[in-house]
Amino acid sequence: MTSTVNSTGAAAGAAPAGPRVQRTDPPARRPGATGGRRRIRPVRIVLGVVGIAAALIWAFPVYWMLNSSLLPNVTLQSTTPTWLPFGGSFDNFVAVFSGGTFLPALGMSTAIAVITVVFCLFFAFLGALAISRFRFRGRKAFVLAVLLIQMLPAEGLFIAQYKLMGSLNLLNSIVGVSVIYIAAVVPFTIWMLRGFVAGVPADLEEAAMIDGLSRTQAFLRITFPLLAPGLVASGVYAFLQAWNEFTVALVLLQDNSSQTLPLWLRGFIQASASRATDWGQVMAASTLVAIPVIIFFLFVQGRMTSGLVSGAVKG
Amino acid sequence: MTTQNLVLDQAAAPRPARPRKKGRSTPYLLIVPACGILILALGYPLVWQFITSMQKFGLSQQFGQPPEFVWFDNYVTLFTDPYMWTVVARSLAFCLVTAGVTMVIGTLMALLMDAVHSAVRITLQISMLLAWAMPVVAAMTVWNWLIDWRRGVLNSVLTGLGLDFQNHNWLATPLSFFFIAMVIVVWMSVPFVAFSIYAGLTQVSTEVLEAAQLDGAGLSQRLRFIIVPIIRPVLAIILLLQVIWDLRVFTQIRLLQDAGSIASETNLLGTYIYQLGVGSSDFAMASAVSIFVLVLTVALSWFYVRSMLKEDDS
Repeated sequence: MTSTVNSTGAAAGAAPAGPRVQRTDPPARRPGATGGRRRIRPVRIVLGVVGIAAALIWAFPVYWMLNSSLLPNVTLQSTTPTWLPFGGSFDNFVAVFSGGTFLPALGMSTAIAVITVVFCLFFAFLGALAISRFRFRGRKAFVLAVLLIQMLPAEGLFIAQYKLMGSLNLLNSIVGVSVIYIAAVVPFTIWMLRGFVAGVPADLEEAAMIDGLSRTQAFLRITFPLLAPGLVASGVYAFLQAWNEFTVALVLLQDNSSQTLPLWLRGFIQASASRATDWGQVMAASTLVAIPVIIFFLFVQGRMTSGLVSGAVKG
Repeated sequence: MTTQNLVLDQAAAPRPARPRKKGRSTPYLLIVPACGILILALGYPLVWQFITSMQKFGLSQQFGQPPEFVWFDNYVTLFTDPYMWTVVARSLAFCLVTAGVTMVIGTLMALLMDAVHSAVRITLQISMLLAWAMPVVAAMTVWNWLIDWRRGVLNSVLTGLGLDFQNHNWLATPLSFFFIAMVIVVWMSVPFVAFSIYAGLTQVSTEVLEAAQLDGAGLSQRLRFIIVPIIRPVLAIILLLQVIWDLRVFTQIRLLQDAGSIASETNLLGTYIYQLGVGSSDFAMASAVSIFVLVLTVALSWFYVRSMLKEDDS
């Protein structure tokens, strides 16, 4: 729609613009340029086709996961792929649930994710409050530390964290992994919440205090409700991190009886190396792991992009 | 660290006067929990790792002997080991190629989103969001199924096109292994890049573009003199993040190795640390490689952190 505005506006303005402005480029080019605008329709159609093709390529693995999860193993073993899940069923999902290992892994993942979200939000909220509402000595150092820590790769620390948890007897435990996850997520969450806290004007709180509320009351009744969207977004972010995390879990949870969902899924990949795999069940398993993530992700997507690059845009 | 003090001193001089000054200990109390967990889960391991990287951790240490302090011997051993250089070179090559391809495709996707009809754009955005949202391990199982050498759809399609890909094992040779890894990482990373650049593109004002068009600027000129300069900060930050993320890529490589390839031929820095530390319990060497990765990451991150600090000042 912008292009139609463009082309009409440009066409109208083209004639007087020519003689008025002294330009270095030869006028011979101009009809070409206008022609280009006229020829925009076929170009747009080609671009549209390219766009749809790209969309199909990007969605295909996700589609293939759903498709395979609905098909019986007999169909999947055929040499010609079955493109649509006609004649499919939810048998693979039933098999995953009755397999006996999914539910413990689900429980483990849920417990770790919930603990991470609760503690992370609490710690990060306090931290965000400190850096956005107070100027104090060491504030800059704290902000810097938060930003730097956020960039530290798990791959550069997991050996030490493994030894730490080993010495605390917290290997293969929910607490051990959760502690690492909270620490990994808190910095970014502080950074994210900081924007929300700063967005609630302190004047609002002060006005409420002048009207007779105590500081705590003013905070709970005025500021906190305004922060709810930020807390939800940060909470979802923390949940996704904890739910998807693989590296630390791989190192800290080596016991088969304490596996998170990513580790449980990995078992299928490992098995596929040595023997014929029931890919229908594996895809059903992947679908079960992915669905809550995809739903939650759609909630926070906008927030995450803007959080990561907002500094750059403002720059 | 010195850099922190430096920034602190700079900040101390022209401090913006905020109305609220009471409760001097309150901010410190507020950051205690966050600092506590960070020190426990990151600070202590960091210090331990640094010390361990300068100790000798042999077989006798695994049986409880106190380790011997050897200063930088491990680093010397590490950097005179040709295998370490192979892994470093491999990681850098993989990281640069993957980040480059991701940036190019991501930019093209963003430009595409900007150019097409809104219905196409929304379709494209939804499918990219799906790919972006996929949990990495779930995505890896799917990709392992797509490229499965017996029944994978990739081989079926290529064979159907008349090429001989029947029972072709994509993970058998290192080059093909890294090609597949790159495709997967690019597939996962492009959505973030495309969305971020697209967000940057929407900030380019249409009036300026129209004015340039009136003055006879072609598409390439508009791109070069108007669009790119405006979104350059976004491009720089995203490229930096991609390089950092692709340098430490672990999950994808590890899970492709799990699907059956020789680890020593396909190790990148992350999987090498894993193999040293968890595989052969050589904690000193694993720590030394970890410190190397950390130093590299922090050095690269510095520009990103600086730009975020700028935002904090505003």
